[in-house]
Amino acid sequence: MTDQRSQAEIVRQSLKRRYRKERRFRAYGIMAIAIALGALIILFTDIIGKGYTGFVKTTITMDVQLDGGMMYLDDPTDERQIKMADFVEPLVQALIKEIPGATEEDRKQVRELINPYASVTLRDALKNNPEWLNTTRTLTFLTHTDVDVYVKHAGDGAYSIKLNEQQRAWVDDLLERNVVDTSFNNVFFSGGDSRDPSKAGIVGAIVGSLLTMFVTLILSFPIGVAAAIYLEEFAPQNRFTDFIEVNINNLAAVPSIIFGLLGLAVFINLFGMPRSVPVVGGLVLSLMTLPTIIISGRAAIKSVPPSIREAAEGIGASKMQVVLHHVLPLAMPGMLTGSIIGMAQALGETAPLLLIGMVAFIVDVPDGFFDSATVLPVQVFLWAGSPELAFIERASAAIMVLLTFLISMNALAIWMRKRLERRW
Amino acid sequence: MQPANLLLLTLVMAIVAYGLGYARSRSLAMPMGGIRHLKSLPFYYGARAALWSGIPALLVLACWMAFQGKVIQLIVIGGLPEGLIPPTDGEASLLLSKISNVASGALPSGFVEAPIAEAAERLKALRSQSQFLMSALVISVAVLAGFLGWLRIRPRLNARAQVEAILKWLFFSCAALAILTTVGIIFSVAFETFRFFEKVPFTDFIFGSHWSPQTALRADQVASQGAFGMIPLFTGTLLISAIAMIVAVPVGLLSAIYLSEYAGKKVRGVVKPLLEMLAGIPTVVYGFFAALTVAPFISDVAATLGIEASSQSALAAGAVMGIMIIPFVSSLSDDVINAVPQAMRDGSLALGATQSETMKKVIFPAALPGIMGGILLAVSRAIGETMIVVMAAGLAANLTANPLETVTTVTVQIVTLLTGDQEFDSAKTLAAFALGAMLFLSTLLLNVVALKIVRKYREQYD
Amino acid sequence: MNSVNTTIASEATQPVETAVPVQESKPAETVIEEGKTVGNPFSNDPKFKLRDVEVFYGETRAIKKISLDIARNEVIAFIGPSGCGKSTFLRCLNRMNDSIDICRVNGTLQLDDHDIYDPKRDVVELRARVGMVFQKPNPFPKSIYDNVAYGPRIHGLANRKSDLDEIVESSLRKAGLWDEVKDRLDATATGMSGGQQQRLCIARAIAVSPEVVLMDEPCSALDPIATAKVEELIAELSESYTIVIVTHSMQQAARVSHRTAYFHLGHLVEVNETNKVFTSPEHELTESYITGRFG
Repeated sequence: MTDQRSQAEIVRQSLKRRYRKERRFRAYGIMAIAIALGALIILFTDIIGKGYTGFVKTTITMDVQLDGGMMYLDDPTDERQIKMADFVEPLVQALIKEIPGATEEDRKQVRELINPYASVTLRDALKNNPEWLNTTRTLTFLTHTDVDVYVKHAGDGAYSIKLNEQQRAWVDDLLERNVVDTSFNNVFFSGGDSRDPSKAGIVGAIVGSLLTMFVTLILSFPIGVAAAIYLEEFAPQNRFTDFIEVNINNLAAVPSIIFGLLGLAVFINLFGMPRSVPVVGGLVLSLMTLPTIIISGRAAIKSVPPSIREAAEGIGASKMQVVLHHVLPLAMPGMLTGSIIGMAQALGETAPLLLIGMVAFIVDVPDGFFDSATVLPVQVFLWAGSPELAFIERASAAIMVLLTFLISMNALAIWMRKRLERRW
Repeated sequence: MQPANLLLLTLVMAIVAYGLGYARSRSLAMPMGGIRHLKSLPFYYGARAALWSGIPALLVLACWMAFQGKVIQLIVIGGLPEGLIPPTDGEASLLLSKISNVASGALPSGFVEAPIAEAAERLKALRSQSQFLMSALVISVAVLAGFLGWLRIRPRLNARAQVEAILKWLFFSCAALAILTTVGIIFSVAFETFRFFEKVPFTDFIFGSHWSPQTALRADQVASQGAFGMIPLFTGTLLISAIAMIVAVPVGLLSAIYLSEYAGKKVRGVVKPLLEMLAGIPTVVYGFFAALTVAPFISDVAATLGIEASSQSALAAGAVMGIMIIPFVSSLSDDVINAVPQAMRDGSLALGATQSETMKKVIFPAALPGIMGGILLAVSRAIGETMIVVMAAGLAANLTANPLETVTTVTVQIVTLLTGDQEFDSAKTLAAFALGAMLFLSTLLLNVVALKIVRKYREQYD
Repeated sequence: MNSVNTTIASEATQPVETAVPVQESKPAETVIEEGKTVGNPFSNDPKFKLRDVEVFYGETRAIKKISLDIARNEVIAFIGPSGCGKSTFLRCLNRMNDSIDICRVNGTLQLDDHDIYDPKRDVVELRARVGMVFQKPNPFPKSIYDNVAYGPRIHGLANRKSDLDEIVESSLRKAGLWDEVKDRLDATATGMSGGQQQRLCIARAIAVSPEVVLMDEPCSALDPIATAKVEELIAELSESYTIVIVTHSMQQAARVSHRTAYFHLGHLVEVNETNKVFTSPEHELTESYITGRFG
């Protein structure tokens, strides 16, 4: 066996080199995973880093003298008067009083610290409490966005601070005395979009998303389940069935923007449906989600063992009874899981909605399926495209909200799969 | 009545019909000595009545909803005085939006001509009439059909067979909806595309190397023609997709290999869901990341290296798109690698091959066709990806292969051309549909080929 | 080693007598006492020396304290009913069980006096010395030539193309396949018949000149003619290799092996000269099995 001995020797000698290769290959794999996970981590930290300040608002609390003469107002219940009255002046005066060393000369600089909507807040407060006229009240207002940015990002190079030296000194002083303060940004969760970042909220977008998702769900889930049942249980083996299958598989891979073109051409141009409404958005998204739901539904039906079918058929159940009484309930968890994943996809979808006009600037929270609306991801898109950095912050915050929704939906799907799916 | 309420009402009526049908079948059965003398269970008589009532009503509702908008528009336009009837579809749509703005109160009626204000009034009237008519029609159809269905309940009637037949047809139509969707896509892009080619020659579009769709508003303006050569768009799309694939294919493939061949159960259990998380992140988030973090980073790095890089470089969009596609490549490759029978692995390991030798020389070649199919699917996804490029790639249609320059893509142009104010008839809008048609065709081709390869590969080992 | 041999042998004779009467339909498991093997499990010149081998799959104990020697250049056949652990035991010999996460092996397993399961032991080198042929032919989806050349290539056994050609030719000749395929070495291996594929796998295994070839039911997927050819091949190979063959067919064991080992529910019940096992088995269970009372 000298032959074998020498062969073994050769093998032994080659081992070192081969194990080096083996280690290198393994290292490549680890590197690849590290790149992918690293990207995930960077993405998340970037967004959280940019966005967490979006959940914080900067306010100013001061004693406002509601002097009727200064405001040109003597009857706050009079609609006409309240429309014409000057609500900026009391705010400016109050702030000048709060800032030591500030005089009437500085009024322009002082005024730049107050949020443009603060006067509206004051007006509404007075309208609701007419007895406040000619008293002095301690009230809290949003600061100007520039102050907000300065307070949050003074030491952060990425943000350009628009306040001048004088204003910065004032704000620093006010901060120290807690006149200017930061707190949880409830405005972000109580209103729709706005031209002013400090007033912008995501409720409008969330409601728009919910309305759209509702339409998507009630259309795509029953239709998807029905189609899956037909294809898996009733469809004859013929060319037409094959054709349907090929269609579904291809539709699952068609770029989403094409569905936007379909929605624009068919629902809006052909049927004359209104633009930017949740119904049309839901229609488009349900067409887009259907293939996903059908494919996962079929997989769920397939996993129900034939013995169940045979057992039911054996006691004389009709095909439809077998399917509806036995197969469908057993396949339901799988179908629900697939649908949740499909809905999560639809919730994050943006491109097709841009084409059907859900990209408009909408301040009001939509109150119906036929009301102009936008959705969460489109809101992110709109804010991200803004040159104002305060909007970028809102966009990141909105992304965090969107991701929270998506992650909880996916977690729910995973939980359901673990919990409800039977192993045969 | 609001459509949503009407829908609910229809469902309620169907439930009522169910109850009535159920009750009637029972009362018919009573004198005969119980429900076992019925041909089917009372449930099926009820279900039959519900279907009879609900389906026609819902069909009427859907048709009415689908066509009322267009019909009302036509009536409103037709009712305008001679001089105001718009000559083209584009002007018509502008005029209509003006009228509907007046009708909804967004535009005070004092600001528009009297005929327009009248038209707005008519629009409002027509809308409420239409809603009334629709409600009346749907309700009467539901009641009438339900009543007929109820009337025809006989003990000998095989309600179960009928209900099952109707259900089967319902299921079938749901499945056939996939075909309808495809047909809808083809028609919606084909129609406008043909109209586009009436305005712009086909060859100019396919072979033109200049893209600048800014048509003039007035005929006497300079550059009133606009140029519609799609080559720079396709090269831009390909450049970004190529960058994405350079990132996604090695990373996705290697991580799939590591996870399926080396990683322990625990590692796999943690890493796989995390990788899948990358797939679950909405594209708009990637777009945000690319535009606001990666692109500035790349141009900063390039600047310190003394290279010129655009702030909207193809590299930023491509790299981020690559990250998005990683889980797609890795899960497809994972499937394919796992489909290679264990016997192959055993055969190679038993000869004394190391794991990496087995992977590189046996498993990978065996899985190659399937992996290629997966990569083609990934390419098709990269080509059709919209939000990342809309946010991170530019609008300038440069014909370049330099990843640090700005390029634009087909999808970016579709979105740009179709958002904002637009006329339905201009070459600009139609161009978007022509681009859509090209996009649809190329991704369809990739998908069909890829799915075929993958299916063939699967069959090989089944 | 001698002392071990005698203790086991002396104990081995007892259980049969003291056992509860065996029922016809269900051979009682109480008959088998752990680690006790009748017959002649040891050898003076062992290639493999296996002592108290236990294999666990998770909690299940698939192999229960088996001790056995496999002699140099012998052909030993493992027989026994399905699920008796014979394949599991075979796969321990070149550590093919390593790829199963939940599998754990205890006991002493030595090849030429070196521990197989030594953590420092190189699996690659071990498998280069102990080749394996599987139940189902598993040619790689490559050409016939590449299949046979695969092993020599990864181990770097040939420096020149001509050396490789020579190895491929001689392996194919030894496997009795050369004349059938010499004109189509570039054809893909998956296009061959089942019997040819299996002989190709044998050629592939012997191309790396192993000292031992393990065969896990190599003929179970083959028709009788192909089986005959493979058996012929085994007989020829036995001149230069140690061969361990797991088989379902007692006739095959009788035809090709020198010694036969009978496994039952993870126990090694009896090992003896093949002739003896089939003509006068010492253990009752062996007899039941070879007379076809269960299997």
